[in-house]
Amino acid sequence: MSPVIPIRAPRAPEIGILDLQGGIQEHLDHLERLGIDARKIKTADALSDVAGLILPGGESTCIARLLAIFGLDQVILREVRRGMKLWGTCAGTILVAKTLVGEPAHLGLIDITVERNGFGSQLDSFAAEAVIPKVSPDPIPLTFIRAPKITHAGPGVEILLQIDDYIAAAESSDVLVTVFHPELTPCLALHHYFACKCGLIPQETGGPVLDPSWKTTSWTRLARLP
Amino acid sequence: MDAKRYELNVQLAQMLKGGVIMDVTNVEQAKIGEEAGAVAVMALERVPADIRRDGGVARMSDPAMIAQIKQAVSIPVMAKARIGHFVEAQILEALKIDYIDESEVLTPADEECHIDKTRFAIPFVCGARNLGEALRRIAEGAAMIRTKGEAGTGNVVEAVRHMRTMNREIRQLAAMPVEEVTGFAKANGMPYELALKVKPLGRLPVVNFAAGGIATPADAALMMQLGCDGIFVGSGIFKSADPARRARAIVKATAYFNDPARVLEASMDLGEAMPGLEIASIPEEQRLAGRGW
Repeated sequence: MSPVIPIRAPRAPEIGILDLQGGIQEHLDHLERLGIDARKIKTADALSDVAGLILPGGESTCIARLLAIFGLDQVILREVRRGMKLWGTCAGTILVAKTLVGEPAHLGLIDITVERNGFGSQLDSFAAEAVIPKVSPDPIPLTFIRAPKITHAGPGVEILLQIDDYIAAAESSDVLVTVFHPELTPCLALHHYFACKCGLIPQETGGPVLDPSWKTTSWTRLARLP
Repeated sequence: MDAKRYELNVQLAQMLKGGVIMDVTNVEQAKIGEEAGAVAVMALERVPADIRRDGGVARMSDPAMIAQIKQAVSIPVMAKARIGHFVEAQILEALKIDYIDESEVLTPADEECHIDKTRFAIPFVCGARNLGEALRRIAEGAAMIRTKGEAGTGNVVEAVRHMRTMNREIRQLAAMPVEEVTGFAKANGMPYELALKVKPLGRLPVVNFAAGGIATPADAALMMQLGCDGIFVGSGIFKSADPARRARAIVKATAYFNDPARVLEASMDLGEAMPGLEIASIPEEQRLAGRGW
């Protein structure tokens, strides 16, 4: 991959979801509820002009491996330099972190330290609720599934939600990270917030926080049988 | 398990979508699997091909071995309990692994009852040959379903049969007027409320993986194109000539199942696949898919 001059390329008013492994349909469903154009991204070409990219929850070792095999990691780094915004949820947080406890980092795009699988096994997965003032004045449901912990945020990183001894959400100018899964709850506020960050929705329009028509099976409409 | 715990368990399976879960029998294999991009490993003492060869009673694996594997990898660890053996399940829950497979690959402990999975906080995946079987397991508390296939054969034909059967029954259910559902559910042994739930969804309400006989990248892509959400590979990896290479190839083909050029690339130079078995050559009483009901 040749070095690229970091100029701001024109970007399509769309959010991409990295479609290699994990909770892809869940994010797609949330973006459609907000009326935001979204596309699943499997190749470098599809990635080259989206305004924002979501790295979904899944297994970070699997997604990292596929990113590296197909050179998509380099394309993501290039597009972030050219103005694409990134949102990592759960495993996505691990992929974008600058430092991982006990192992080499992957994309290294935000100055946070992340501890993989910070809570324990699936029996320690849990749901909670918290207010994230910068995102919404209303409480937001939080779903943690074998979640990582952000243990440190460096300069240039704003902490959006701190719980006990760990950071659950943070952002830099280019990158948003949440160790929980808004796409597994009726909450649209984080997707709305990310769309604002990508310049797709004006900041002042407060979107709905909870979508009462969302169900736990809503993702299945995007994963029908052939 | 309360409703919220069940929801979290179904959601963990959702996060495994598009991934490959690999059978491993020791720490070294678990690390090879993780390195290759497995989304989870299934810890067991012998892969199905060896269980089939050795005969005898196959039980839950030594918990010390499962604990070592849990220690060695950061991806989810699953392990198998015998059908109906709720104490093996209690032990695996106490061990705090991530998922239990109530599996026909082990010798059933109960020929009448499956485990009442609603009593557990830990999630269960169960095998099914058709929609009725899948919905009965979900009614018992399974948070994830897989085809049974015919494990340890390296022959994908039974997994294909099970997936096609489920798909056909779901399509029938989706198309019929609601007053026909009662009779359809009765005839196919489906819990009525779950049949009503599947009807508008047009698919299972939980994640459904392929399992049983998957040996090549092409097998994995085939099952994905038939509508499976992900892949279990049992003997297919560590009974092949070059397990690490084959594991990586199956991960690639599963992620890019709709892209023949990438599946082709993944299929190149893998060395020998595991030896395959013709289903007709297996005596009826030695077929695993018929265990459980």
